Amino acid sequence: MSTTLSVPALVEQATQAAGADAPEALRAARAEGAQQFALLGLPTTKNEDWHYTSVSSLAAIPFAPMTGDATGVTAETLAPYRFADEWPALVFVNGVYQPSLSSLATLPEGIRVLPLGEAVTTLGDTVSRLLGSAAPASRDGFTALNASFLGEGAVVHVAKEMVIDTPVHLLFVTTDAGASGMHHPRVLLLAERHAKATVIESWIGLTEQPYFTNAVAEVVVEDGATLTHLKVQREGRGAFHVGTIESKQARDSHYISFCFTTGGALSRSNISTLLDGAGCGTTLNGLTMLDGTQHGDVQTRIEHAQPQCFSREIYKSILDEHSHGVFNGKVYVHPIAQQTDGKQTNNTLLLSKTAQIDAKPQLEIFADDVKCTHGATVGQIDRTALFYMKSRGVDADTAQQLLTYAFAADVLETIENEAVRNALELVTLHRFTSLATVAD
Amino acid sequence: MSATIDQLVNREYQYGFSTDIESNTLPPGLSEDTVRFISAKKQEPEWLLEWRLKAYRRWLTMTEPHWPNVTYEPIDYQAVSYYSEPKTEKPLGSLDEVDPKLLETYSKLGISLNEQKRLSGVAVDAVFDSVSVGTTFREELAKEGIIFCSFGEAVREHPELVKQYLGSVVPYSDNYFAALNSAVFSDGSFCYIPKGVRCPLELSTYFRINQSNTGQFERTLIVADEGSYVSYLEGCTAPKRDTNQLHAAVVEIVALDNATVKYSTVQNWYAGDEEGKGGIYNFVTKRGKAMTNAKISWTQVETGSAITWKYPSVILQGDNSVGEFYSVAVASKMQQADTGTKMIHIGRNTKSNIVSKGISAMKGQNSYRGKVHILPKAEGARNYTQCDSMLVGNACGAHTFPYIEVENNSAILEHEASTSKIGEDQIFYLKQRGLDAEQAVSMIVSGFCKEVFKELPMEFALEAQQLLGITLEGSVG
Repeated sequence: MSTTLSVPALVEQATQAAGADAPEALRAARAEGAQQFALLGLPTTKNEDWHYTSVSSLAAIPFAPMTGDATGVTAETLAPYRFADEWPALVFVNGVYQPSLSSLATLPEGIRVLPLGEAVTTLGDTVSRLLGSAAPASRDGFTALNASFLGEGAVVHVAKEMVIDTPVHLLFVTTDAGASGMHHPRVLLLAERHAKATVIESWIGLTEQPYFTNAVAEVVVEDGATLTHLKVQREGRGAFHVGTIESKQARDSHYISFCFTTGGALSRSNISTLLDGAGCGTTLNGLTMLDGTQHGDVQTRIEHAQPQCFSREIYKSILDEHSHGVFNGKVYVHPIAQQTDGKQTNNTLLLSKTAQIDAKPQLEIFADDVKCTHGATVGQIDRTALFYMKSRGVDADTAQQLLTYAFAADVLETIENEAVRNALELVTLHRFTSLATVAD
Repeated sequence: MSATIDQLVNREYQYGFSTDIESNTLPPGLSEDTVRFISAKKQEPEWLLEWRLKAYRRWLTMTEPHWPNVTYEPIDYQAVSYYSEPKTEKPLGSLDEVDPKLLETYSKLGISLNEQKRLSGVAVDAVFDSVSVGTTFREELAKEGIIFCSFGEAVREHPELVKQYLGSVVPYSDNYFAALNSAVFSDGSFCYIPKGVRCPLELSTYFRINQSNTGQFERTLIVADEGSYVSYLEGCTAPKRDTNQLHAAVVEIVALDNATVKYSTVQNWYAGDEEGKGGIYNFVTKRGKAMTNAKISWTQVETGSAITWKYPSVILQGDNSVGEFYSVAVASKMQQADTGTKMIHIGRNTKSNIVSKGISAMKGQNSYRGKVHILPKAEGARNYTQCDSMLVGNACGAHTFPYIEVENNSAILEHEASTSKIGEDQIFYLKQRGLDAEQAVSMIVSGFCKEVFKELPMEFALEAQQLLGITLEGSVG
């Protein structure tokens, strides 16, 4: 296997990035990242967490850091991916922040949204508090690699008791100019005490060429705060996407996550949350739709570290053609996390003979007074449901399409924000039905 | 109340005694010579020795697996004695010739062969350490053409059958412990049911580890020829010992077309004391292969052993074959159990059903690890998995690691898991109906495990319920 081929090259690059040219404020973190990456390298399928996903194809390509060439990218290019024009947005093109495409004019009071480069000076406290706290470089090779290239990314700070109705949108766009490039954005989200906000991450690929996204988001949700964090992964068909979200929750907080995945040749999303205060809750939902030879891996981890917390998780996958889906959902309950209430559901619909799913819903429970369940199903469209629809005069194709859409819509409906929900429902509707003309 | 609990918790292992019989024991150590010695001792043919040596050489290249969710002191394979047989002068013709001390041991265990013979209608092939010493109902079985004997005997008398099927389900290279077993297995049971025969008796062996520091390496091979049926029971108790004892058994089942094999186990080996001292290390490979329309059903009640590492599996090779796994695993004191099943769907319309009930108490750690794999050609495969855990006390743990791998879209899989505890209100309700706390717990647990117990043959079901009661006594108060 060629896994070893470009890893030393990556180590070399990482070490260089952590060298003298590194921004002063991030130098220490970069050095730590480079050091850890040299130690950890890229995971192999021998690693239990990477058992079903091989990154050897990624390691075989010599990626160079992206340069931020934004030629040809205009507001119009991005329009289809903006859920609403008036939302504050940070736009990154080919790995670099683009002030001209971003819009922060509409930013309401009580929330600060900054690119990471700017935040290290103006929001120094927040950055130093969050950076490396939830996702230390020692977490895994990809996180270490991200740390060693620290520089681009976004910081969202919601001040205490501020309820922000307008979502903040972070767009990461890659075009043909980013081909064979890699970028390592870091997103830091902080919702202070009793604050409430919504942050959307969009990963958009406007190229069929291979490129490598290695993102890390660190999230802190303080006492009583509610943070909705939506991830829309629509990378290009040639892309490698590794995205890690690590969240830490305090007492009575609520973290709501949705992960929508349709892009990438090989994608991996790690979403984990630590319920580190009594009475907090987590909702992790997601939908993965793949076809062609796509490989999509979603790993979630819910760690109940304090009593009286609840978690709800619904992940669905629809796999077509030769695609390969992986789901690993872990619920971990510490000995003191009594009265934990956890529920996890994972459903997969296989649309073709050659599609493949590997699911691993895990429970690890060390407390006795808990209520934890998980359920997983794999199958195809229910024949009796199909028959029922046919008996009502719906033709077989339409019935199949509608039932497939309904399977997906079931989880999409859990997205609270109407604009995002409608947009993603439309994407799904286009995908499975011939009702494309209804669009827009 | 707490006095009673203490008393119950500290209750001595009921079967913790050892019989003082002179043994012909090999000094500790493992080398090619050990393998040759065992083979020579058992007067084995050349091909079997070769097979053992191949396994031994393969074992040397392997490393001990550490993926199970268990922790234990490293095992020194050179400190284990690989062969031990009770000294008996000449081959045994009848029970009368058996060393009375052996018979006494059996009666302490409540399995007096004479009693068994007369009352229960169960043919017992009792394995005492490594050599089978008594066999009953042989003649009755022979009438049907059924072969049920010790492994060594089968090698001598039916070499063609053994040669054909040995290693056909669990090859010697399968895993570390299977390779070790293949190299040094001492004895075990062999069973062959001819075409179209329905075995009239429940076949049963009682395994018993007696010698201190002797690893027990049983090998069981069950072959059910076309259209036959057999129900096989295995039950275990072991005397109390301070040093950990290694047990690496292999069970192979071959169910040819239209055959049905039901394999039930009650495992009650010494689990060690409250600090986790002593107790058996139980690393077992159990696997069956089901051909067209065949059915293999595993039922297990695991209450003993310090460490259990066991995944009875079914390879659903033939079309329409069925695999079942029913399990109750209890981990109390410092016990660690990592157990589950593998269902490999290869044939069309294959079905598998998994019901696993895990109970953790005191400082026990219980893991369910199961894999359901649907291969691309397994059209219309169906699986239902249910694994429920019950926690008693807050120092124990319950873990679920299901692996679902589907490569065919016509498959339908369902997996459900839940974790719960014995509710105060449930106990209160039963107490106000006149039951004491222990009885209440026992009753609730019995209810929890009902789905599995109903799969056990009747006498085993009773024993299993009692065992469960004893194991969990004192863990709730």
